Amino acid sequence: MLQWTLGKATGSYPDVPYEEKERLFLEVKEDPRYEDFLYGCYECGICVSACPSARFYDYSPRVIAQAMAREDVDRFYEILVEDIWNCAQCFSCVRCPRQNNPGGLVTLIREVAVRNGIQETRDVLQGYTRVIYKVMLKGNQVSPDMLQPDFFPDWGPWVQSFRGNMNIWRQAIPVDTLRGVTDAAWETDENTLRELYTIWFETGNIDIIEEVDEGLYELLVDVMEEELEEWE
Amino acid sequence: MTVAGFIPIDNIMEKKARPVSRPPDQAHAHDIREELFELEAKGELIVHRVPEPYVEVETKFGRKKKIPIEHTWHHKSCGQCGHIPGYTASIFWLHRQFGLDYTDPSDQTSCTGWNYYASGTSNSVAQMAVMGRNFAAAYQEGYYPLIHCGTSFGHYKEVREQLVHHADLRAQTRRVLEKLGKPLVVPEEIVHYSEWVHVMRHRIAERQVVDMSNLTACVHPACHYHKIVVEDAIYDPEIYGGQRTATVTGLLQALGMNVADYSTWFDCCGFGFRHVLVQRDFTRSFAVLRKIEVMKNEIDPDITVTHDTGCVTTLDKSQFAAKAHERNVGVPVLSDAQVAALAMGAHPFRVVQLHWHSTDWRPLMEKLGIDWERYWEEFQEDLEAIKRGETIMTWDKADPVAIAA
Repeated sequence: MLQWTLGKATGSYPDVPYEEKERLFLEVKEDPRYEDFLYGCYECGICVSACPSARFYDYSPRVIAQAMAREDVDRFYEILVEDIWNCAQCFSCVRCPRQNNPGGLVTLIREVAVRNGIQETRDVLQGYTRVIYKVMLKGNQVSPDMLQPDFFPDWGPWVQSFRGNMNIWRQAIPVDTLRGVTDAAWETDENTLRELYTIWFETGNIDIIEEVDEGLYELLVDVMEEELEEWE
Repeated sequence: MTVAGFIPIDNIMEKKARPVSRPPDQAHAHDIREELFELEAKGELIVHRVPEPYVEVETKFGRKKKIPIEHTWHHKSCGQCGHIPGYTASIFWLHRQFGLDYTDPSDQTSCTGWNYYASGTSNSVAQMAVMGRNFAAAYQEGYYPLIHCGTSFGHYKEVREQLVHHADLRAQTRRVLEKLGKPLVVPEEIVHYSEWVHVMRHRIAERQVVDMSNLTACVHPACHYHKIVVEDAIYDPEIYGGQRTATVTGLLQALGMNVADYSTWFDCCGFGFRHVLVQRDFTRSFAVLRKIEVMKNEIDPDITVTHDTGCVTTLDKSQFAAKAHERNVGVPVLSDAQVAALAMGAHPFRVVQLHWHSTDWRPLMEKLGIDWERYWEEFQEDLEAIKRGETIMTWDKADPVAIAA
């Protein structure tokens, strides 16, 4: 839904100074993986022909590669604000005969958008933060208890049936690490999670979350710090 | 009839049908293992060797890949375990049927790649450290990683490439792992469970009790299996002439199914990582219009089989809303592991857990001659006994072959 409130639909993008756009562009270019992902562009369109998002959105992996290769900073900013969130990250585009990885470039640009707390990025991720909460604390992206009718109405009556039976169905799984677990995908050792929290702190990953959602960041830090203190 | 200047279509078809294979010494892609061994010789990391017994298979450009048969550390998938537990249970059940040594660790996190591809709320060193932590846990436990998720498989391979080629990222990752008291360990091969299924397919077929020769199947090859670090996927000159990945199709053919081709086989499923969770208009549209409906219109298969978490979820769950719009849908979707387990007589609910699937699987069971109502009644009795606190569902209950030949 947010897609239609942004630049392409309204014909306007936030008024951002060129220098700021260039700073963000250079931040993407400075990523050590950047040169692995972009070698130029033949402008052949093979990436577009394979791209699922190109079929349903005003989106083109070729434009991403071209804009980056030409160092078109204005177009780059539009990509950062909007286009990157249309990419399905399937990497069908790596069929590129120039050996580009447009999907990989999208990953790098997303990281910069998140790290810099771009407002449009915060908006796009607003409904997604419960997944971030889960992955940071539980080490799993999804869990059975996330399958709620309000969130998945389009999955039909199965979701209603599942909610009514979730606890007993989870008990009826023969895999030891899954049986009875509903708030995570599987039972994970406490120490394993503490090691994961250490990774989030040591790599600066937790600070990235602050740029997306301060409330979520504070909640995560509180829980993880308490766990790590107990561990020590 | 031959028209001057044109190659007869039969000649073209005959040439296309010729299998393509390359000897390993002609493989044009670099061999990541050689670089890993060089780094190990310099003391930078530990290479976890593939344990014996293993099977060597051909990959896209000819390099031989070692697939371990047992002593495996099962790197579970959050999407499978959370939303399609019969997928996970079937992988384990197959190992148990063959009496293979494996471990199901609780000292494991997901790769966290789903979130990374969905939101970008991580960074390269964090992703490397998560991978390194899991691989070190497997190494310290003395078991070899077998990756259940297609995204974990692809993501770890990409992370491995970056780790090998960027000394600074490697050094940062090593420092983080040192804080955890863990060495930097990278497996000699990163192995997907569907590769294990592929090399086990003939042994699975030897134990087949459910005839599947009356089924027509469409295969969806998972993007993160064959599109990320493409040279590492299994290709077989005997399957599709070596022109696309052999995993999944090899199993179905070994089980006697008719595997039918469809025009959008290369397309993704529409999962989209973030899209499937919070922007499913795209996911539903793509899954239906470019995959399921194309299969229905061109083939009308009895089943779609794939080998990744997101693909099973997306292709299965997207069909309900499409049906409401009177689209041509209605194909049950299972993983290769679940199909293999059913073929060997696994209980459809205790093991394969069909009740977690949304698209109607009953016609498929009926076509296979499986009396699903009888097994469902048994399972309901299990649930009642569990509710009364009399029992829990253990492997003792799930292990026995339920379906008679």
